[in-house]
This record gives sequence, C-alpha cells and structure tokens, in this order.
Amino acid sequence: MTQRRQFLMNTAALAATAALPLGARAQGAPAIKVGVLHPVTGALAYSGNLSRLGAQIALDEINAAGGIKSMGGVKLAALLGDAQSKPEVGVAEVEKMNEQGASAIVGSYASAICLATTQAAAKYNIPHVVDVGVADQIVTRGLKNTFRFGPGYKITTEAAINNLHIMNTVARKPAKTVMIIHEESLFGTGTANLLASQLPGMGYEVKEIVKHANPTRDFNNIVLKMKSINPDIVIPANYYNEYALLLRTMKQQNVTPKAVFSVLGGAASSFKFVKEFADAANGVIDVNHWYNPKDKRAQALRKKVEAMPGQFYTYEVFLNYQCMYLLADAIERAKSSKREDIINALASSTWDKHFMPYGPTKFVNGQNTGAAPLTLQVLKGDIKVILPNTFAETEPVFPWKV
Amino acid sequence: MKSDEKAYPPPAMLDPAILFASVLNGLTTGAVYALIALGLTLIYGVLHIINFAHGAALMMALYGVYFLHEKLGLDPYVSLPIMVPAMFVAGYALYRGVIARASHGKDENILLITLGLSIMLENAALYFFKSDTLTIDTAYTLSTVNIFGAMIAVPKMVAFFGALATTAVLLLVIGKTSLGRAIRACAKERQGARLVGINVDHVFAMSFGIGLACLGAAACFLLPAYYVNPQVGNGFVLIAFTIVVLGGMGSFVGALIGGFLIGVVESVGGLLLGESLGQIGIFVIFIIVLLFRPQGLFGARA
Repeated sequence: MTQRRQFLMNTAALAATAALPLGARAQGAPAIKVGVLHPVTGALAYSGNLSRLGAQIALDEINAAGGIKSMGGVKLAALLGDAQSKPEVGVAEVEKMNEQGASAIVGSYASAICLATTQAAAKYNIPHVVDVGVADQIVTRGLKNTFRFGPGYKITTEAAINNLHIMNTVARKPAKTVMIIHEESLFGTGTANLLASQLPGMGYEVKEIVKHANPTRDFNNIVLKMKSINPDIVIPANYYNEYALLLRTMKQQNVTPKAVFSVLGGAASSFKFVKEFADAANGVIDVNHWYNPKDKRAQALRKKVEAMPGQFYTYEVFLNYQCMYLLADAIERAKSSKREDIINALASSTWDKHFMPYGPTKFVNGQNTGAAPLTLQVLKGDIKVILPNTFAETEPVFPWKV
Repeated sequence: MKSDEKAYPPPAMLDPAILFASVLNGLTTGAVYALIALGLTLIYGVLHIINFAHGAALMMALYGVYFLHEKLGLDPYVSLPIMVPAMFVAGYALYRGVIARASHGKDENILLITLGLSIMLENAALYFFKSDTLTIDTAYTLSTVNIFGAMIAVPKMVAFFGALATTAVLLLVIGKTSLGRAIRACAKERQGARLVGINVDHVFAMSFGIGLACLGAAACFLLPAYYVNPQVGNGFVLIAFTIVVLGGMGSFVGALIGGFLIGVVESVGGLLLGESLGQIGIFVIFIIVLLFRPQGLFGARA
C-alpha cells in the first residue's frame, strides 16, 4: 500500500515537473525562466543527472509553496540544458538559454564546463549560480554574474591537508608517503597541483602523481605502479566512474594503503558506491561537500530522494537543491526577473535557510566566503562526518586496518 | 627536504613481478586487438580495400551486446551465437546491398563508401543512444585469476582464449574449406577466380561478412571489461590499422602476433611512461615498420 502511494506521489511529482516548462500554472504572469544546465549525457552523465534532479526537486518545492511571493506568486520554470560533458556544448546551451530569455542559470557541475558557461553567461549579464565547479579560476576572473555557493578546491585541499595532518599526528605519524591519482581536466589537475605543492611542507613525500583520461576503463597499470611504489596514502581526485573503478581494481590487486584519503573524491561520499561496492568503499576517507548532519532538513531531503527509485542522495543533489533555493531567495528580494536586479540581490545575499555547514551566505568576488567542506569516512556501510569536531558524528579510523 | 627524499628508495619500476603482470595484461588486451585486426586484414586481403567502417561496425556490435544484456538479460558470452551470425549477415547484406552497388567496380569508391558509412553509423548511434558511456556489470566483472602472483581479471582471460579460439576457427575456414579456397583464390587473382567459375561477388560479400563476424565475437569478449559509446570504435580502428600494417597487410598470423605485440607495448609503455604517454610506443613502432619493413613482419613483398 505504501509502495503504491509512494509510486503515485512520485508520478505526480514527475508529471508536475514535465508540465512546468509550459509555465501555464502561473496565475497569468509569465513564469521566471531559470536555466538548469548540467552534463546529463557523456562521461559525466551520472553526476549531471543527479545535479538536475536536485535542482528540479527544489524548483518543484518552491513552486508548490507558492512561487516567488514578493512578485504575487509567480512561478519558476526550468529551461533544461545538456552540456554533454563538453565545455563548448555548455556554451552553446547558454546561448540557447539567452535566446529563450533565461533570468538566471544554475549549473554546470564540472569545473571545465563552469569556466566556459559562466563566461558565456557573463556576455549577456545572466546571473550564473555555480553548483559545484570547484576550480578557483571560476571566481577569480572578476565576472560580476558568477556566484559559487560551495567551497573551491583551494579551501578544500587546505582543509584536507590540515585534517590529514591532525589524524596522522594523533596516530603518531604512521603515514609518510603519498601517491596522487587525478583525472586530466581542470578539477583533477588543479587539485593535484595544490596537493603536490603543499604536502611536502607538512613532511609528506609525494612519490608519484598519475594523470588519467575520462573515461578510463582499465586501472591495472596505475594500480600496478601503486603496488611497486607502496605509498602510505593514496589520494584520488576524479569523477565517479573512475573513482569507483580505481578502488575496485585496488581491491582486485590486493593493494591496501594505510588510507585512501580523497579530496573531492567522485565516489567516496556517494551512497551509491557505498551500497554497491561496500567492500571497496569501507574505510575510505574523503574531504568533500557535505550537509550539516545535525540539520533535520538535510535528513528530510535524504529521505525524499532515497524514496525515488534508483536515486541516491549525493552532493550533486543537495548542492543543486540549495543553489536553486539561493537563487529563489535572491529573486524574492529583487522582486524582479531582470538579470541585473537578480545579480545585485545575489551579491548582497545573506541567506541562512540552508542546511550546509556554511553560515549565512556572503559573496566576495562571487565566492561564498563561509563555504567549507567536511571530512567524511565510510564506516559500517554509512558515510559519517569525522572532522571538524563541531560537525563530527564519530571518531576517525586511521590508519585503516584490513 | 633533500635528506627526506633519500630516506626512501626510488620506485622500483622494473620490479619483475610488476612487469610480468603488465605484460600479461597487455597480452590479454592484445588478443582482442588481434581479433579486430583479423577482420580488417581479411577484408583488406580479399577486397584490397581499407574498411573505414570497421570501428563503427565494432561500435554497433558493442551496442548489440549491451542491449542483449540490458533488455533480455543475456550474458555477453551467451550472446556470442547471436552476435556472430548477426554481424555476419549484416556484413554480407551491407556489401551486397550498399558497397558493391555503389562502388561501380572501382576500389577507390569502396574506400569512400566505407568512410561515409562510418560517419553515418556513428551519428545514428549518437542520435539514438546519446553520447552516454554505457557499461554492463556481471558477476565476474571484478573477479581475478592469480597467475604466478599477477592478478588478471577474468573477462580479460576469457577474451584472451576466446580470441585465440576465434583465430583458430578462422584459419581453419580459410585453410581447409572450399569457401576458404575460393577466398584465397579471389585474393590472389580476381580475374582467374572468375574464369574458373567462382562467384566472386558472393565471395567478396562472404569475406566482408566474416570480417564483421570477427567484430561480433570481439564485442562479446570486450564489453564485460570495457564500455560502449558512439565514439568507442575510433580508438580501436587506429590500433587495428597499426596491427595490420605491422603484421603485414592480409596476413592472419601477422595480425595475431601484431595484436599481442601492440597490446604489450601499450601496457608496458603505460606503466613506464604514464597513461597519457603510453600509446606513444604503438605509433613509434608503426613509423619504424613503415620505414624499414613496409611489407610488415609477415607480409609478402608487393
């Protein structure tokens, strides 16, 4: 019975979503068009689809709760875009959204794509809320239209190195050597460079940095190399498919470092990975985007997403969910669908109705200055916050013993 | 910092155990390369054309295996008796229906037709299947076999022996059957074959069909450890061309040995030079062969 009711609810939600772009529901006033731009096909399709899901859930909730109240309940309508995992396609989609009269854009997941789409949107002064895009170049080019809610890779990497050092010191420094495995685009390369430049200063030796393509379907060579180097700590910085395959190959080849410690790891903080490959995921530490585990709204959203067949509650989902709300708050205060007004409202945003561990938003040069990652570990089939102490749910297990 | 660096020995990159594992890994990959190159070299040997649609045909076969698994729940290896005949029929029909008709008897036309076909197939796949990278998960995807300490994935072992068996069957067909004799006759002397009563067009179509049937088998062996997207064939076709040139145009043994050689060079190259630079070895070999032994390792002098 509950299953059927759930099914009916989901179908109703889906039907509502499908009907939304028509904008026919808004009472007379035309709906405000919001570009929802993600790589929903191609190498990053998995993450892109989850991103879109998060944005759509928020959009549906906002409309169901009465739309933009300061404008007489005008609704938001999604213009769905697919960047096909390629920056140039992302740019073409921004052009299209501009033609269609988008008031703002939320997206576009990958750093390399965000770098291109924010710039394309800047041409038309379209406010662009960056959902993930961790490369710091995105917010250091002086683009007035670009706002990133989450942390960049510099802040995240620094937090990662600090936390690694804390754990290692507490455990009397069993870890001395590091191997970094990263994907070839902006996100992986930038993160790896930051790690490689900062780790030696803390007394860690970076023995090897390996770059790989997206997609890579054979990690045997890389894992063989890992076997010969025998690093204490393996740091992967890549997207879901490759992260999952790398860890599975390590399991196959019996490679067990003292810790797999990832920075923005594609799969480490993913309930999908934890569920499907419990063995490979067990013990993995990750510094990543995460919600405040003590916030009830975050748990409520988790329940909602997990009730949907085949969906998982990942950072793609909740970051996009929050970014859509951030945008709605700005439109609410701007009382306008004009791009310029929304940009001004975002720039002066002090939004605190989110469940991230950030505090109220405060944008400086487009970066939300309160944004910070949490450090997580996969323990007993669940993902737990281990650092910083204010948000921690449990003690870290380090070094990992098999 | 300097003293810290000295505290650890340099990475033992040529550790024999690691090298051994890498070579085995390369051999198993090379077997699949060989299978793809066999089809290409057969078509070249008989029809004297380069089949540019080879990569696209492999891509279609991979989609076939993928959908048989997703829609009907068929294991990729169970799909073999479906995919091999299906690809054969597709190849035969393609030659009879399109290539032979449109070529008007000129070899250089065939070249352009296969190139056009590959572009059409790739874009049709892009339209119907999108650019998503698709993979399948089987119970044995992650299983490994321990061969003297080297952990080799089960799908790769199956692919290795499967490719060897397919090659053996192909050599038997070419060497011992009357069809094989006809194929060899057409390859050597087209006009003479026609004079002694061989239906040359039929033999050409059979060769094209067998060439694509090899891809059907390759797809079944490949997918459990690999992926499919509309562009997947391009990477393979470049390597297959290299193997065909390396082994000697039209030589089956050459294709097999060439496949293994390229597989090992790629794997060990990847280990020593890194994933991005690893393929450089393949093309260095390609250039060296073209410079010093243009007929290939097992090719007859033209």
